[in-house]
Amino acid sequence: MLTIHNLHARIAGKEILKGLSLEVKPGEVHAIMGPNGAGKSTLGNVLAGRPGYEVTQGSVLFDGKNLLELEPEARAAAGLFLAFQYPVEIPGVNNTYFLRAALNAQRKARGEQELDSMQFLKLVREKVKEMGMTPELLNRAVNEGFSGGEKKRNEVFQMALLEPRLAVLDETDSGLDIDALKRVAAGVNSLRSPQRAFLVITHYQRLLDYIVPDFVHVLADGRIVESGDAQLARELEAHGYAWVRERTPVEASA
Amino acid sequence: MATQPEVQAALSRRYDAGFVTDIETHSLPPGLDEDTIRALSALKEEPEWMTEWRLAAYRHWLTMKHPNWAHVKLGPIDFQAISYYSAPKNKPKSLDEVDPKLLETYDKLGVPLHERAKLAGVAVDAVFDSVSVANTAREQLAKVGVIFCSMSEAVREHGGLVRKYLGSVVPQGDNFFAALNSAVFSDGSFVFIPKGVRCPMELSTYFRINAGHTGQFERTLIIAEEDSVVSYLEGCTAPMRDDNQLHAAVVELVALERASIKYSTVQNWYPGDENGKGGIYNFVTKRGECRGDDSRITWTQVETGSAITWKYPSCVLRGDRSVGEFHSVALTHHYQQADTGTKMIHIGRDTKSKIVSKGISAGRSQNSYRGLVKVEKGAANARNHTRCDSILIGKQCGSHTFPYMEIKNPTAIVEHEATTSKISDDQMFYCRSRGISEEDAVSLIVDGFCKQVFRELPMEFAVEAKKLLEVSLEGAIG
Ligand SMILES: Nc1ncnc2c1ncn2[C@@H]1O[C@H](COP(=O)(O)OP(=O)(O)OP(=O)(O)O)[C@@H](O)[C@H]1O
Ligand SMILES: [Mg+2]
Repeated sequence: MLTIHNLHARIAGKEILKGLSLEVKPGEVHAIMGPNGAGKSTLGNVLAGRPGYEVTQGSVLFDGKNLLELEPEARAAAGLFLAFQYPVEIPGVNNTYFLRAALNAQRKARGEQELDSMQFLKLVREKVKEMGMTPELLNRAVNEGFSGGEKKRNEVFQMALLEPRLAVLDETDSGLDIDALKRVAAGVNSLRSPQRAFLVITHYQRLLDYIVPDFVHVLADGRIVESGDAQLARELEAHGYAWVRERTPVEASA
Repeated sequence: MATQPEVQAALSRRYDAGFVTDIETHSLPPGLDEDTIRALSALKEEPEWMTEWRLAAYRHWLTMKHPNWAHVKLGPIDFQAISYYSAPKNKPKSLDEVDPKLLETYDKLGVPLHERAKLAGVAVDAVFDSVSVANTAREQLAKVGVIFCSMSEAVREHGGLVRKYLGSVVPQGDNFFAALNSAVFSDGSFVFIPKGVRCPMELSTYFRINAGHTGQFERTLIIAEEDSVVSYLEGCTAPMRDDNQLHAAVVELVALERASIKYSTVQNWYPGDENGKGGIYNFVTKRGECRGDDSRITWTQVETGSAITWKYPSCVLRGDRSVGEFHSVALTHHYQQADTGTKMIHIGRDTKSKIVSKGISAGRSQNSYRGLVKVEKGAANARNHTRCDSILIGKQCGSHTFPYMEIKNPTAIVEHEATTSKISDDQMFYCRSRGISEEDAVSLIVDGFCKQVFRELPMEFAVEAKKLLEVSLEGAIG
């Protein structure tokens, strides 16, 4: 589904990703961990097509298509979703209205029928129940004045509604209280399916107790330096990243 | 991050209403003197007093100087090069006689007169160049005593009312453009709501400038008697032309005791092209007087057009406890210059005013808010709250806020808030990452920014206003 090969990317002239390779198959959940500043968010941003990043080498195939040549909105329509580490406020724009604009834009791009307001509201109601979303948040402006945790839950709600094929969750767990964490994890788990894959960026083993990953990768200095199964996350929790560094000495970057 | 220049580059807009209708017109030759005014008045079969009123205004105008206080760049206007009257040759008597080409024009503009006429809830008056060409639903209105007709007709048929109120809010010599308008006004709408009547439908007038080298000088007069309620909307468009066209309207509102007038404008004059060529010069004097106690006047305007806009709808709060409101969205793009705002003149006791202004600037445009809050000596406990927000799209545009206050009563409370922001790259990317195209993202964000004002528009027109902003912002990003 997603094949990243030897990806190099720069921002503001500075190389952040330095030869990252990763293969994600449908149905899989991959956790990505790694020290601050390693390039985890950069990876998510490059995948989603955030302007300002320059890919200097390597390739990214999404369902066989060259993802890097698509506009961000086309990537979304193709089924890619990024839950932002820092969700953005859009004052005055009703959250539900925003969601409908997004869903219908994607459907239109895919040549599917757009949903009318009745159909859409029905869908929203279902998802609100499924995700344990606070309905009040849907009547407010997009992320405006939301608490940190509410913003994160709104991201997950958007994901549930847009039903992407590949979701990148960038530290969606940080800032959540215990109950919210469980709810978000339950929501993600309910979306797990043989057709859908997740890239879960996190600093904490705790999330992975709820969303059990098929693979865990350590991203350090712009590369995947270690991969394993759920057990790897537990070892990281116990030993820290220094432990990885000792095991795999980082070569001088090219 | 790279999007800001992209945001900038794409504000290249298409002007949808920019077509010219090929229709036979009857025009006065360009030029302005007392004979022109007499000829105009005669063409319109006006009574003697009207002709004299115009001439008095003209003589006053001759003594006045073109103003240059607004924050706009403006070359000299040659008033002798303008034609002061242009009318379709076959003036229709009823909607059925309206030239099909004209109906087509309004259809293209999204104002299908025939259908709108049937739509319960809206009565439409259409003004094409200088004259009113179609007026719907008048019988229905007549039943409750509401008069809604063209100004020309009102001068002939309701002379008493016109004579009593015309110029009572905006005197002939009020300002340069008002004086010019008083001398040469061609047509416009007249509305009279009798005592205790809640007007059963929205009233609306569509102004369309078609002929080249024509000035449009409408005069609108709305009178709401005691305890009456009316909501009125004006819409305006013009074709794309390389030369500038002049629009100098005067609108007067009179609200008597406990009456309420809501006046909404959706203005989409041709703004000129991306090089600053052509476009409408829009100099408008709009003033409402809350003459009676407990009366209320609300101005709501959405302005996207014209090369230069200079207008300050104002409220004179004469009656005790009267309320004036001004809600405005002004969008400028390319080389457009807008200098708009409002004046709230508190005269009565316990009067209240509220101002909400949202400015959107893109391209190389300049968008200024200029507001005056004046509290006279007798206006004990006057209250004003002003909020001005600006949003900038790109780096070459400007937004300016000029709040003026003149407070002569110590019990007044006047508050002013202002913010300036821009559409951030983060907001753009957030929308796009959800599948929303750049252009749609800009209109979405701008729409959110304007929410507070759109809420004030009659439902149907809120949709229209939103669409208008969308069209105006087309190509804002790219
Ligand atoms: N616009 C920018 N200009 C310069 N450097 C940048 C820019 N954006 C990101 N960086 C740098 O790129 C590096 C990787 O950042 P990134 O956000 O991908 O880290 P991360 O792995 O997500 O870290 P965290 O765990 O703290 O979220 C950091 O050193 C950061 O300072
Ligand atoms: Mg990060």
